[in-house]
Amino acid sequence: MATDTTHNKSSATKRIWEVFIILSVLTIVEVILGIIKPEFLVETDFAITSLLNWIFIILTIFKAYYITWAFMHMEHESAGLRRTVVWTGVFLICYLVAILLIEGDYIQDVYSNGYISWDF
Amino acid sequence: MESTTVAKTGTEGKLWGGGDSKPLKASYGKLMMWFFITSDALTFSAFLAAYGFSRFKFINEWPIADEVFNHFPFLHGVDAPMYYVALMTFILIFSSVTMVLAVDAGHHMKKNKVVTYMALTILGGIVFLGSQAWEWKNFIKGEYGAIETKGGDILQFVDNDGHRVSINDIAVPLTEIDREHQANNGIWYQSGNEQPSVTLEEIKAGFMQKSEYSIRTMQLNEAGEKTILDRTEAEKYLNNRVTRVVEGANLTRNEYGPQLFADFFFFITGFHGFHVFSGVVILIIIFFNVLIGTYEKRGSYEMVEKVGLYWHFVDLVWVFVFTFFYLV
Repeated sequence: MATDTTHNKSSATKRIWEVFIILSVLTIVEVILGIIKPEFLVETDFAITSLLNWIFIILTIFKAYYITWAFMHMEHESAGLRRTVVWTGVFLICYLVAILLIEGDYIQDVYSNGYISWDF
Repeated sequence: MESTTVAKTGTEGKLWGGGDSKPLKASYGKLMMWFFITSDALTFSAFLAAYGFSRFKFINEWPIADEVFNHFPFLHGVDAPMYYVALMTFILIFSSVTMVLAVDAGHHMKKNKVVTYMALTILGGIVFLGSQAWEWKNFIKGEYGAIETKGGDILQFVDNDGHRVSINDIAVPLTEIDREHQANNGIWYQSGNEQPSVTLEEIKAGFMQKSEYSIRTMQLNEAGEKTILDRTEAEKYLNNRVTRVVEGANLTRNEYGPQLFADFFFFITGFHGFHVFSGVVILIIIFFNVLIGTYEKRGSYEMVEKVGLYWHFVDLVWVFVFTFFYLV
């Protein structure tokens, strides 16, 4: 029993430091990309925004995954709790973001192509 | 009646049948913390989605984050984009690490370790709050100043190489200046409107004399840079369109770009900072409970785990704020 707890303890702290390193590396990559802004990534557009922005968003989702799963112990919770929290959030957030961004894009379109002068 | 009819669902003993099995296998307190976090996540995503809405609305005019947030402590006048906010991110991630180490020590009932790690977490939270205050100070104070057109657009000054120039370097002093009303030289119970450090007339006069400068509009070109007007065009803008001098930022206008930019900055980073502040307060309360041995007596450090969940959530939100305010 005693050996079992020590084993658990060391593997739990090992996991914490491992996740810390992953989060740090992802953040450093984001910062470096944000500072040098590679021309190719900025100029290539993919689905309404630049490739660089997509890289930032995907790295952010990775970080969110590691924080929730490792630091908030989501990986040790039951599947029911995990789905209650994650599916609800992901579904509603995607819905909200899609609606608002499409609407914002539409208003921008009206501003720049409609019969309104707003640069005076 | 010998017996009443009881409807059987055929799921007795299984998860859907309820009974002794606990579908979510979590204590009441932890479950409620998770439900709170879910709803709070929706609140934050609503704010960020609203930010995205306005950003798409002004997709060609939004300020470039690297130019707005380029200060670093003790490095005056050095262009340091992102370094400071990256540092803040690391402080928060590291305080998350010490928090999860405190939770882990709690699982093993090691009071002293819990105390040390929680103290480090609180320290990280306080340092983060201080950093955010400094960030706000720079944002509110502004650096170069700008002028605003009748249509609400922001015009900034640049030199020949496209580097930003302060309005103070453009302006030449004129004699009749509208000084700010002070309580000591007039009616003491009235306060005057705050006056900019230079007037619009001084900027106009200075710009006409100094031909090496030009004006930059909010409009982004294909390379993602702000459009610089040629000299004649710039003079036309200055003579026909401008209405006021803008220095720094407040909730009405800011020198960086669309008015909404500063509103969202204050609101979202402020709301997040308020969460950090509440987190620090709750952590301090739990910290003292740990010190006096409350959880030792209770036989479980679950309370540390619950405040840990909240603290990680605050870190999680910052990861998104960092991406959408400073990177994208």
